[in-house]
Amino acid sequence: MDYVKAFVIGGAICAVVQIFMDKTKLMPGRIMVLLVGLGAILGAIGVYEPFSKWAGAGATVPLVGFGFTLFNGVKKAIVSDGFIGVFMGGFTSAAVGVSAALIFGYIASLIFNSKMKE
Amino acid sequence: MGQKMIGKRSIQFATPPYIVGSYSLVGKKEGEGPLSCYFDEIEEDPMFGGQTWEEAESRLQYKVATKAVESAGYKEEEIRYLIAGDLLGQLIATSFGVMDLQIPLFGIYGACSTMGESISLASTLVEGGFADKAMALTSSHFAGAEKQFRFPLDYGNQRPLAATWTVTGSGAVVIVNEEEMKKHKEKHNPEEPYIRITGITTGKVVDFGVKDSMNMGACMAPAAFDVIYHNLKDFGYKPEEYDKIITGDLGYVGKDILIDMLKEKGYDIANRYLDCGIEIFNKEEQDTHSGGSGCGCSAATLTGYILKKMKKKEWKKILFVPTGALLSPVSFNEGNSVPGIAHGVILEV
Amino acid sequence: MQENSKNEQNTNSKPTMKDVLNQTDPNTRQQVYNQYVKDITPTHNWFANVCKAFLIGGIICTIGQGLLNLYKAMGFNEEVAALYNIVTLVGLSALFTGLGWYGKWAKFGGAGTLVPITGFANSVAAPAIEFKKEGQVFGIGCKIFNIAGPVILYGILISWVLGVIYYILLRLGIV
Repeated sequence: MDYVKAFVIGGAICAVVQIFMDKTKLMPGRIMVLLVGLGAILGAIGVYEPFSKWAGAGATVPLVGFGFTLFNGVKKAIVSDGFIGVFMGGFTSAAVGVSAALIFGYIASLIFNSKMKE
Repeated sequence: MGQKMIGKRSIQFATPPYIVGSYSLVGKKEGEGPLSCYFDEIEEDPMFGGQTWEEAESRLQYKVATKAVESAGYKEEEIRYLIAGDLLGQLIATSFGVMDLQIPLFGIYGACSTMGESISLASTLVEGGFADKAMALTSSHFAGAEKQFRFPLDYGNQRPLAATWTVTGSGAVVIVNEEEMKKHKEKHNPEEPYIRITGITTGKVVDFGVKDSMNMGACMAPAAFDVIYHNLKDFGYKPEEYDKIITGDLGYVGKDILIDMLKEKGYDIANRYLDCGIEIFNKEEQDTHSGGSGCGCSAATLTGYILKKMKKKEWKKILFVPTGALLSPVSFNEGNSVPGIAHGVILEV
Repeated sequence: MQENSKNEQNTNSKPTMKDVLNQTDPNTRQQVYNQYVKDITPTHNWFANVCKAFLIGGIICTIGQGLLNLYKAMGFNEEVAALYNIVTLVGLSALFTGLGWYGKWAKFGGAGTLVPITGFANSVAAPAIEFKKEGQVFGIGCKIFNIAGPVILYGILISWVLGVIYYILLRLGIV
C-alpha cells in the first residue's frame, strides 16, 4: 500500500509542477527554488508534517520535502537552542542531502566527461 | 567607377567578386540529416580530436579554413584577409582556431548571421580593390553553445517545440576579384561555373520584444523580414527575381512568421523560400524540433548544399539571408529581449 | 493603467500580422507581436507531458519508498532511514547523470525528473562534469552551484525568515 501511495502522491506532485512549467515557461532553476520555498512555508504552517507522515516517500522525495526538512530543522534548533537555532537548523537538516549531492557530484566529475547529445 | 550604393542599405557590385573555393564540415548528427550527401566532410568525433568543446570548435574552424584554401588551389599566405567569427564569448573558437594561419584576421560577431556578415565584408573588400583574395569563415558547435547559453549537457531538461538545435559544423568560402577568377579558370579550368556575389543588403538590429530565448525563430523573423524587404525595395526586385530566398536558421516557427510578414507587405515568397535550419535536419526522425541553428547551420548549408545546387545551375540566382539572435546569458538574465539581425547576400551563377 | 487596457484588448482576440505591422507605437507593437507569436508557436501536448511526468516522478518516489522500507528493515529508525534514502537517491542520480542517462529520462519525464531530490542531485553533478575542464576551483568549485546554488540560498533564507517568525510567535506564547 505504501508503494501505491508513494507512486500516486509523488507522481501527482510532479504532474502539477509539469503543468505549471508548461504554462509559465519558468526555467528549471526557478522551479526548484519555488518548490523548496513552498515546502518550507507548508512546513511552517503545519501542513506538510502530517501529509508526509501519511504519504511517505511520495512527500519526502520531491524537493518540496526538502524545503519542509529545512524549516523543520530550524524549528527543532529553536526549541533546543533558542534564537541561535534560526542560524543552525537549516544547514543541519539540509546537511545530508546537500553534502551527498556535492560529494557525489564531485566524484562524478572525476569519473565522467561531458558527452555530446544526440 | 560607378555608384555602387543602391537604395537605402544595399550595395550592387560593379565587378562582382567570385567564389573560387569552399568547404563544409559537419558533425555526426548533421551528417545523418537530409543533406548528408552534400557536405564535403562529416566528422564522427564531437571533440574533433580536441580536449574541450571550445577547442573542438577551434579545430573545426582551422580544418575548414585550410581545406577551403586548398579547394581553391591557393596557399594560405596568398589570402589577404580572413573574416571570421563564432558564437562563443569573445570569439575564442575563431581566435584560437585561426591562430596558426598566416592570414590577417578581422574577427566579427553577428551571432548566427555571421556567414552573411563575413561574406558581405569579404566581398566588399575584394570588390573595393583592398584585397584580391579574401576568405569568409564561421562555425558553431552544439556542445559549446549549450554550455555557454543554456545548460550543461548532462543536465536534464525538456526542450520546447519552438527550440532549435545548434548545428555542429563550419563553412568557409574563398572570394576573389574578377582578375583572379580568370587566372583561376585558366589554371584549373573547372567544369563547374563560378558563383558570383552580385550584391549585399546589410541588416540592422531589429527588436520586436520577444524575450523567449527558446523561440529564436520568432526573435529573428522580423530581422530577416527587414533585410528581405529592403533588398527587394533597394534593387527594385520582385521575389520572382530569385530562384530561392534562403534564410539561415528561422526554423519552422520563424518561417511562418516571415512568410506572413512579407505577405502583409505584398511579397509572396512562400513558393521560393527555404531555411537552412529546416533543410539540415529531419524534424521527425532527428528530434530537433524547430530546426537547426547556429553560425555553422547557414555556413555549412551554403557551402555544402546551396553552392552545389547553384553550380549545377538548378538555382541561378538566390538571396542568402543568415539570421542571428543577439543575446548573451547576461542580457537574458537582466531581462532584455532578444533582438535579431540578418544579412542578405545575392549569389548568381 | 492605459498600458493594462491595451494589453487586455490584445489578449482577447488573436492578433494578425497586419495588426503587428500596422502598430506604430513600438511598445504596443511588441505586445501585439508577442501575442501573435504565442498563438502560432506549437507547444508539446500538455496532457501527454503531464502523464509522463506523473509516471517518471511516481517511479522515482516509489523507488524512494522501497529504499526507505529497506533501510527500516535493516534496523534504522524512521529518521535515519529517510536520510539514507536521500543519500542513496542522490548517489544514484549522480551516477546516472555521469552515464548520461538522467538527461535522457528528463527529456521524457520533464518535471518527473526535476521535482524529486534526484533532480537536485542532477543539477549539482551536471555542471561539475561539464565545467571540470575549467579547473578544480573556478570550474567545478564555482560552477557546481550554478543551478543548485539558488536552491540552497533561498531554502536557507526562507527557512530562516520563517524560523524568526516562529521564534517570535513562540516567545509571545502564540504557538
